[in-house]
Amino acid sequence: MRISETHRTIDTIWRMESAKLIAGLTRMVRDVGLAEDLAQDALVIALDRWPESGIPDKPGAWLMTTAKRKAIDLLRRNKLQDQKYVEIAREINTYTEDDVERNLDGEIGDDLLRLIFMTCHPVLSQDARVALTLRLLCGLTTDEIARSFLIAEPTVAQRIVRAKRTLNKEKVPFEVPVGKELEERLGTVLEVIYLMFNEGYSATSGQDWTRPVLCREALRLGRVLAEISPEEPEVHGLVALMELQSSRLRTRNNAQGEPVLLMDQNRAQWDHLLIRRGLAALERAQRLGRTLGPYGLQASISACHATAYTPEDTNWIRIAALYEALSRQMPSPIVELNRAVAISRAFGPAYGLQLVDALSSEPALKEYHLLPSVRGDFLEKLGRLEEAAAAFEQAAELTRNEKEQALLRKRAAACREKGERT
Amino acid sequence: MRFMMIVKATTDSEAGVLPSQQLIDAMQKYNEELVKAGVLLAADGLHASANAVRISYPEPGSKPKVVDGPFTEAKELIAGYTLIEVKSREEAIEWALRMPDPHGFGQGEIELRQVFDFENLTEDPNARAKDEEIRKQVEELKKA
Repeated sequence: MRISETHRTIDTIWRMESAKLIAGLTRMVRDVGLAEDLAQDALVIALDRWPESGIPDKPGAWLMTTAKRKAIDLLRRNKLQDQKYVEIAREINTYTEDDVERNLDGEIGDDLLRLIFMTCHPVLSQDARVALTLRLLCGLTTDEIARSFLIAEPTVAQRIVRAKRTLNKEKVPFEVPVGKELEERLGTVLEVIYLMFNEGYSATSGQDWTRPVLCREALRLGRVLAEISPEEPEVHGLVALMELQSSRLRTRNNAQGEPVLLMDQNRAQWDHLLIRRGLAALERAQRLGRTLGPYGLQASISACHATAYTPEDTNWIRIAALYEALSRQMPSPIVELNRAVAISRAFGPAYGLQLVDALSSEPALKEYHLLPSVRGDFLEKLGRLEEAAAAFEQAAELTRNEKEQALLRKRAAACREKGERT
Repeated sequence: MRFMMIVKATTDSEAGVLPSQQLIDAMQKYNEELVKAGVLLAADGLHASANAVRISYPEPGSKPKVVDGPFTEAKELIAGYTLIEVKSREEAIEWALRMPDPHGFGQGEIELRQVFDFENLTEDPNARAKDEEIRKQVEELKKA
């Protein structure tokens, strides 16, 4: 193998193993920043040795053993001044090579779970949670994170450094919360993953409608979480939701890059493998026998679309009912707006319009382009074309996504044209 | 990006000989690893070609020729596949290397093929360059 080739392979192994390494090391040294440094030290040694010695059979275990030795060296150098380090040193010394092997095999899931609860801890800001999770659990570089969020690399680097410092200062424990706390904290973990996914699925500004890297990372993390935390229906609900939404990624834009609405998409081109996976995840959530939470309900709604062979086959009555259940669990004007759409499809645009007009005084939706956009759609269907065009234009003013803006302007123009002809 | 690890058939798989318990266990452990890493999309084993059908078009434009199995040349046949979603070609190779020798008696062969998918269309260098451009614009806007 050539050196550059070996380096690429090492880079790949790092991406595959770094989360497990950092998780295992954090358990040993109780400091996520130190754990990451140690893991990276091990990587540097690998980069130096593997091109000559070849890649070991179990590269993950090799990196772990090397990082552990580094940890012991570091503690010796520090002469164990600190009481905290004395304890750590005692603990590390109780690990044997077999433990490393076992650790990478069996308990690794638990360590990963502890790590994700740490990187999504409520003491951190939402931005910091996302950045730290992408960095430590997805193995993304700061540059990759910066690129996916369209922010400067130093900003991301700083965010990560501060986050690690905060975790240390606040003495955030490396553990999976239990009981009532588990439910709340799991909520923040799922929120981080879904935020990541959504940021990828629909970029709020700029010319690109989707950022596949973030979708892919979120989905992968969700799939991992479903394996290490299989008893939580909302985890499967979230995975189902992301799989189902991803199944439509390739039909969301036409060849010119303009967005295509759900009802106009070519259903034959939906990714049926992802649909099947999404439906299976939803079934896992349902089989756990508890009431579906917000993610499970949203996945159920998405499943209604995924299982309709043609737009006309869509079970809008069921979707309207699911939105009602969702709005009871998670009251929000946006859910109401979606419910209005479902009601309009199920019972006619006049009923939808009533709901939308009731929402027009909602302060949270004042700047939200989808409200006038949906209103325009209802008005158009009711033949009130002049009002419809005005609503689409208002929506175009409010959106920052250029492609969406173009689509809305096109609809407004079409309404005006049709209005003039009649 | 998606890759398909295609496990080639062997004289044993074609004869309908089931793999040893040891191999089944090793494969199961491997599949679990794929699942835990969040990369497994689908995996299936195929029946021997004895109950397969081959449809060919020796004369373009005319009716297809239908031939019943079994087919000879085990090495040209497929015994199973594993579909994974990974970040890079290197990662796919790394996973393929970790798959246990599928047959264990000298005939084991895995072929790794990339699947055409959405990301081939969106992750091209042009899109990346465009991304870079947008990022610069946004940063300048923030400075202004």
